[in-house]
Amino acid sequence: MKLFFFHLMPYADLDLSYADKHDTAWVTLPNSYFDPAKGKAIYDRYIGELELADQLGFDGICVNEHHQTAYGLMPAPNLIAAALTRTTKNAKIAVLGRALPLVNNPVNIAEEFAMLDQMSGGRIITGFVRGIGSEYYAAGVNPTFSHERYYEAHDLILQAWTREGPFKYHGRHYNFDYVNLWPRPVQQPHPPVWVPSQGSSETIEWCAAKERKYTYLQTFSPLHLAQKNFDAYRAIAQREGYEAQPDQLGWAVPTYVAETDEIARAELKPHIEAFFNRFLRFPLEMRMPPGYASIASAKYLIETKFALRSTDQTIDKLIDMGMVICGSASTVRDAFLHHQKNMGFGNLIAMMQVATQPAWQTEKSLRLFASDVAPHLRGVAEKQTLEAAQ
Amino acid sequence: MAEVREDVVEIAGARVSVMRAGQGEPLLFLHGAGGRTWSPLHDRLAERFEVIAPEHPGFGRCDLPEWMASMADLALYYLDFLEALDLRGVHLAGHSLGGWLAGEIAIRNTSRLASVLLLAPAGIAAPEEPFGDIFLWSQEQGTRAQFHDQALAEKRLAIPPDLDLVLQNKTATARLAWSPRLCNLQLPYWLHRIDKPTLLLWGKQDRVIPYACEAYWKKGLRRSVSRVIDECGHGLHNEKPDAASQHMIAFIEGAKT
Repeated sequence: MKLFFFHLMPYADLDLSYADKHDTAWVTLPNSYFDPAKGKAIYDRYIGELELADQLGFDGICVNEHHQTAYGLMPAPNLIAAALTRTTKNAKIAVLGRALPLVNNPVNIAEEFAMLDQMSGGRIITGFVRGIGSEYYAAGVNPTFSHERYYEAHDLILQAWTREGPFKYHGRHYNFDYVNLWPRPVQQPHPPVWVPSQGSSETIEWCAAKERKYTYLQTFSPLHLAQKNFDAYRAIAQREGYEAQPDQLGWAVPTYVAETDEIARAELKPHIEAFFNRFLRFPLEMRMPPGYASIASAKYLIETKFALRSTDQTIDKLIDMGMVICGSASTVRDAFLHHQKNMGFGNLIAMMQVATQPAWQTEKSLRLFASDVAPHLRGVAEKQTLEAAQ
Repeated sequence: MAEVREDVVEIAGARVSVMRAGQGEPLLFLHGAGGRTWSPLHDRLAERFEVIAPEHPGFGRCDLPEWMASMADLALYYLDFLEALDLRGVHLAGHSLGGWLAGEIAIRNTSRLASVLLLAPAGIAAPEEPFGDIFLWSQEQGTRAQFHDQALAEKRLAIPPDLDLVLQNKTATARLAWSPRLCNLQLPYWLHRIDKPTLLLWGKQDRVIPYACEAYWKKGLRRSVSRVIDECGHGLHNEKPDAASQHMIAFIEGAKT
């Protein structure tokens, strides 16, 4: 399987007592909680961690987009990706992803990705997302048009990459008389498209369709849900008349490796709990603006008190649900081998810095992962593919 | 209590429910973001008028019509509605989102209207006193903001909401009013087109659409009368139905002389 290191670039110095006064770390948390003097050191550190992963032989490094939040300091992930094209050599650079409906000019996204693809020598993996609910408060874009804008922007970007320009594009939300991309991407017909999601059936259906075969990436989910969604993807592929390959599936999970299971748990505990209980904290209305999801999905989230669930997590519960992989190198290795065998994913996206986690932990975890875990995981999914083919 | 009849009309591909009660001149009552209810104010008005209370397309049990991309579309729909039902001499009343809608209808065409009654209308914001963010409020916060008297809010909160309805109404409201929030920046430029007498009626303690907005409506309207009800929140149709109906009836009578 291919191994990726995913960085969310949180504001690690966040004063966690913000929660006494504010109900979320997103959109309405005053930016006076951000100390302007600290930004440079934070970016240097995080970009350095991504560069280290490249040097340690990770197959890819990942960044993503969120707005107006302590959760992630990458409202423009392509800026980080651009820096990485110059300082990394081998790793794929995955932008997971750009939030398509939030922009009024999707051609600009096609242009930026094409630039990055050229600058990196074809190392770019693109990610297309709708953005989470809170982004619609931040961007002012109407959430009731979120799906329409996503599909339309996607079509426009794919055409911009693959059709000879200039051509016209006229949709309900986007209208251009001249689409004519300079530069064109180096990867032909276009760079890979990955779709990170928590797994709506509509999204899985769309990714798995034979004309797309996009890599579906399951994020922040209990194991049983990831399993269910990967099974659904494979079933749809079958129905579409092809066999889904492991590299069409990716599992994104917070991961921490230390000397022993006990040390790993003790060291990760405050940070992973801050991650779920403080950094990923928002009221239901912010998570689910009207029209962002179907009424049935919104109702399900309300009735199961989904928003509340994320404020009382403990590391033990998270590990039990398979939402975090944490332990000694052998524990982590066995967990991934076991889950890969059951779930059949070909891309493992390890989030190895979360919330308040300090640099020394991330570096230790990355190095142990690279030396004592990665060698056992390489080639596993590929072998599966081979067996399936025979 | 008036006897309320309900039937379904289909216009522009949308099947919507229309409630009616009372006899007399037609009074079309356009509901706000919370959806169509038959309120105590409707009852009072039905003693004097034929009150017609449709549910907007996209609200209640009606899916969002494809054509409904903005408030302008809904205003045109209601001009079709007036024609389809062949209503004339209509007193056009609207509360909150429905007040904004009444304004959007009236700037386009007043030929079937006798008067316009705007009850705590959204649509025009006062820069010095911004709207509350109804989309970010919880169900409880939103309910509390409807009332000045919190004892009334408590009573309302004791009734569990119909989630399907709440979500459908919020979605339709977001379609119309997400950005710019609950207003149309162009509307003030066209208020002079409303050539019928117009009532501006507000609860003084409105925390959703603050009373400060009244001045911006008045500035643009040619023939407006302003009334304010003290100790009253945004939901004046529920909180102060007697005062509200008295002001509305007095205004309509006054407009005739």
